[in-house]
Amino acid sequence: MTEMIATRDAYGKTLVRLGEIDKDVVVLDADLSKSTKTHDFAKKFPERFFQMGISEQDMMGTAAGLATCGKIPFASTFAIFASGRAWEQIRNTICYSNLNVKIVATHAGISVGADGSSHQCIEDISLMRTIANMTVIVPCDAVETGKAVMTAAAMKGPVYIRLGRAKVPIILNEDEDFEIGKGKVLIDGSDATIIACGIMVEKALEAAQKLRVRGGTNCRVINISTIKPIDEQLIIKAARETRAIVTAEEHMSKGGLGSAVAEVIVENEPVPMRMIAIKDRFGESGDPGELFREFGLTEDDIIKAVEEVVKK
Amino acid sequence: MFGLEEQMSIEKLQVKATEIRRDIIAMLGEAGSGHPGGSLSAADIVTALYFSVLNIDHKNPRREDRDRFVLSKGHAAPLLYSALAERGYFPKDELMSLRKFGSRLQGHPKIGSPPGVEISSGSLGQGLSVANGMAMAGKLDGKDYRVYALLGDGEIEEGQIWEAAMTAAHYKLDNLCAILDFNGLQIDGPIVEVMNSNPIREKWTAFRWNTMEIDGHNFEEILRAFEEAKKIKGKPTIIIAHTIKGKGVSFMENVVDFHGKAPTKEQTRQALEELS
Repeated sequence: MTEMIATRDAYGKTLVRLGEIDKDVVVLDADLSKSTKTHDFAKKFPERFFQMGISEQDMMGTAAGLATCGKIPFASTFAIFASGRAWEQIRNTICYSNLNVKIVATHAGISVGADGSSHQCIEDISLMRTIANMTVIVPCDAVETGKAVMTAAAMKGPVYIRLGRAKVPIILNEDEDFEIGKGKVLIDGSDATIIACGIMVEKALEAAQKLRVRGGTNCRVINISTIKPIDEQLIIKAARETRAIVTAEEHMSKGGLGSAVAEVIVENEPVPMRMIAIKDRFGESGDPGELFREFGLTEDDIIKAVEEVVKK
Repeated sequence: MFGLEEQMSIEKLQVKATEIRRDIIAMLGEAGSGHPGGSLSAADIVTALYFSVLNIDHKNPRREDRDRFVLSKGHAAPLLYSALAERGYFPKDELMSLRKFGSRLQGHPKIGSPPGVEISSGSLGQGLSVANGMAMAGKLDGKDYRVYALLGDGEIEEGQIWEAAMTAAHYKLDNLCAILDFNGLQIDGPIVEVMNSNPIREKWTAFRWNTMEIDGHNFEEILRAFEEAKKIKGKPTIIIAHTIKGKGVSFMENVVDFHGKAPTKEQTRQALEELS
């Protein structure tokens, strides 16, 4: 059985490690530190942890101020409040000033489950990737989360990292390297390419395996954890070699990973494409498994999309 | 203290403030758009800061232990640019490029453009949070620099200001001093009509700030307030400065329309004459 770890847990542990290595790392949270897991850092380095209360806009501005003085602020809250509530602070104060603020948002997507739509952010990839200077990363598992957080801290400039609430299986090996802006081919194939991010990478892998066993369709699977800047070369190569693309994300189809991939394909190598994503509706309460079925985000949905797109 | 060789006398500050007002008018006249009213109202406060209060070094604009000034009411950009140019951060000739394509002097401030602009601003309500972050970093690093933030009275209608007000008090940011440019007018009219935020001083007191009220055009009061603020420990200070929108130009004083309207050529000439 694969080990299951929530990406937010990996974040909490990595932050503590980072705090030990780099004294300029400071952490801000808006009254959700036990959920975002910044609590571990707060316990270990209380003088470098700023509890901001329930005020996300102020948190982003404060993080910006700290960054102008050479600090490396990590600002955390739920994705909906980070990317939604504080969007304009992120745009005008952090990104326009190109400040070294790392926004690590947890509880993204419908896998939040029972809390319902108000807390299930399905728009953040779109909201964050439209801001100039911003880097957007959606890690697929705990291993990649750790590396993404360390790498984000080491680079200059604003970064948004999207994490989930639910436990997800470990997919990647600890010894694999991580580079911002680079996707990874996890399974090679020549009949179609599934490009996925976050929690959907595991489902893409399962879909590819089933397709291979079932009908001899050989799918390439790409984990594209950096949504911006996106790995254009890898996407163009996949389009050229496999002639069919399916994207998979736990996000609205409008503006998310699928849109980002489509932007690359349309301009460079137009091929048939399908997007597995949430179609213009809000989430709702329920068990993540039920919700993924209801919203068309299962491996069977990916399989169906691949079959359609290969036929075209 | 580094930077200025000697602090300016009040007479010299008054002269400098007039020069800055002339810059503002000339820049806006040339640009053909922009915000004279709130630039002129805060001119004396900003002159006092840049020529008497701030520990800054124009030869080393990013010096780590410098005092920070955040222009939260970013539409007063011409005032900031003029103060920086007068203080030697960049050539005064460049002031006339305000709002033009390719200029470092954007319509609203952009960080580092020109050197000395500490943070991008212009979207109201965001600067106090930034100032808090700077003050927190100063405390964390054990540095004794101070942080100043200039707020507009219309600006404090933004909710984020009050989030930041709580934060500054919660973290006891006594190295932070906000100044409220209380000129009583905003774009759509008098503040009491648009959105009555009174009683203002009581609000800041209730948010656990040290508060002072001064005449924002009286240099003695301005300088004394900044000195007193330095002595207050354990809480941030806000100086509520009563000012006149459009101060110094007869036909702009207390005229709402000059919030965001540049003077015509004739008005520019007339205003410069008044300010000579």
